[in-house]
Amino acid sequence: MAYPTDRKYTKEHEWIQVNGNTAMVGITDYAQESLGDIVFVETPKVGTQLIAGKTFGTVESVKAVSDLFAPASGTVTEVNATLATAPENVNKDPHGSWMVKLTLKDPSELDSLLSPADYEKFVAEEAGH
Amino acid sequence: MLSIPAAQPCLTRFNLSSVEATPAIRKTALNAVHRQMGAKMVEFNGWDMPVEYPASIGGGIINEHMAVRTGVGIFDVSHMGDIRLAGPQALSAVQHISMNDASRLAIGQAQYSALLYPEGTFVDDVIVHRLGEQEYLLVINAGTREKDFSWVRDNTRQFDCTVENLSDDFTQIAIQGPKGVNLLQKLTDADLSAVKFYWVTRGRLCGLNNILMGRTGYTAEDGFETYIPSDETTSARVWNEILAAGKEFGAVPCGLGARNTLRLEGKLPLYGHEISDTINVWEAGLDRFCKMEKAEFVGRVALDQVKAAGVRRSLVGLEMTERGIARDGYKVLDCGGREIGYVTSGSPSPFLKKNIALAYVPVEFTAVGTGVKVEIRGQGVGAVVVPTPFYKRPKKAA
Repeated sequence: MAYPTDRKYTKEHEWIQVNGNTAMVGITDYAQESLGDIVFVETPKVGTQLIAGKTFGTVESVKAVSDLFAPASGTVTEVNATLATAPENVNKDPHGSWMVKLTLKDPSELDSLLSPADYEKFVAEEAGH
Repeated sequence: MLSIPAAQPCLTRFNLSSVEATPAIRKTALNAVHRQMGAKMVEFNGWDMPVEYPASIGGGIINEHMAVRTGVGIFDVSHMGDIRLAGPQALSAVQHISMNDASRLAIGQAQYSALLYPEGTFVDDVIVHRLGEQEYLLVINAGTREKDFSWVRDNTRQFDCTVENLSDDFTQIAIQGPKGVNLLQKLTDADLSAVKFYWVTRGRLCGLNNILMGRTGYTAEDGFETYIPSDETTSARVWNEILAAGKEFGAVPCGLGARNTLRLEGKLPLYGHEISDTINVWEAGLDRFCKMEKAEFVGRVALDQVKAAGVRRSLVGLEMTERGIARDGYKVLDCGGREIGYVTSGSPSPFLKKNIALAYVPVEFTAVGTGVKVEIRGQGVGAVVVPTPFYKRPKKAA
């Protein structure tokens, strides 16, 4: 699977796509594939301060609960309302299903994240191929 | 990973298990077939088992669950154990260790029961089948194979019967759902319309002679469990023939994920959760399978005493009323936030589209409609006591 080139990735299988000073965050295809049917997403309220590397919510499948880790620090400006009613969209279109939007506190934090190519390599190793 | 439910087959955070299982883990004869089909594998009670199959072949926990409720699903349940008791005192032996009344069984009939400790708590739950005049088959849980066999052997020495562990002799394939009988009838010469629920028959299956087929299961649906020789070649051939024959009914292979959500909807107990060696028959609500009118069985005396002393807690069904999923081991709180009990099994319910759970609470909280909270990541989330089972299969039209 070729991961979209317009964003960066974390080892916790989140993606972050930046537009100027705002960013969108979601989980990757590898994450949704591993989780299975997603039934519940818990997101922070608008105004919450996210800290890079810290948990900011949870995503639950039928069988498992998994933390969401913030790829970068910033303030939550918007939460995707369809997550409450149609969490399965994350399975169907993980890279198109943003979970939170935030204004970035320090865009240079993104420099330490994985490029699409590095993430693909990382995933291949994780999966033991 | 937060809150990994204890003792529940569970993926570690984003860890796709396509890697080889460790050497110590046990495999059924169909293990290679599951892996070939791309199943996500998980360790369950020492066994390398499929938890769900790929979406590309109709899998996924929700799809598999719904297939069983509306059509038919196929399960490899060979990890379960089989103990055969045979001989002049086989019935007496069974009566001594099993809480239900096996003397009611005609040849070919089966019943749900449990093996109890002298304290009236559970060694295991079991389905007792009467296969012959003096022959009984106990089908037991995967995680308790060795413990149960030792228990049965040690507690029946005084009876004139043989006790054999046949667990490795069988591949057990379950065919579950309203179309299960239609599927299986295509593959066997046995007249399945003559086999009532919780009865068994023998017949030719996929070219194999004298195969035991029971109208039993763990899904709260109609269906069959078949016991075939456990060599890999035969097992793979029969598995594939069953799936092929099931195509017209929408049959899909089903893993432990769907097995758990199906049995939970039907309030079927899982050992280590609703029943265990610290839980007694009254608490678990399994009274109707416990025949106290039997003169004697292991645990009977204690059960009398426990009942006389008063049962303090009880298993109830919960439905979440606020957003959140109750999971195994989560605390149950009263509306004031005081801890009163715990969740034994909890999950989203694919058929009911609600989040449900079974939990032990004090008897004063067991009335249907009682409001409680479940502690989810430090917060009390609203739930209500509901009638169980959560799901009952529709009665077939007369």
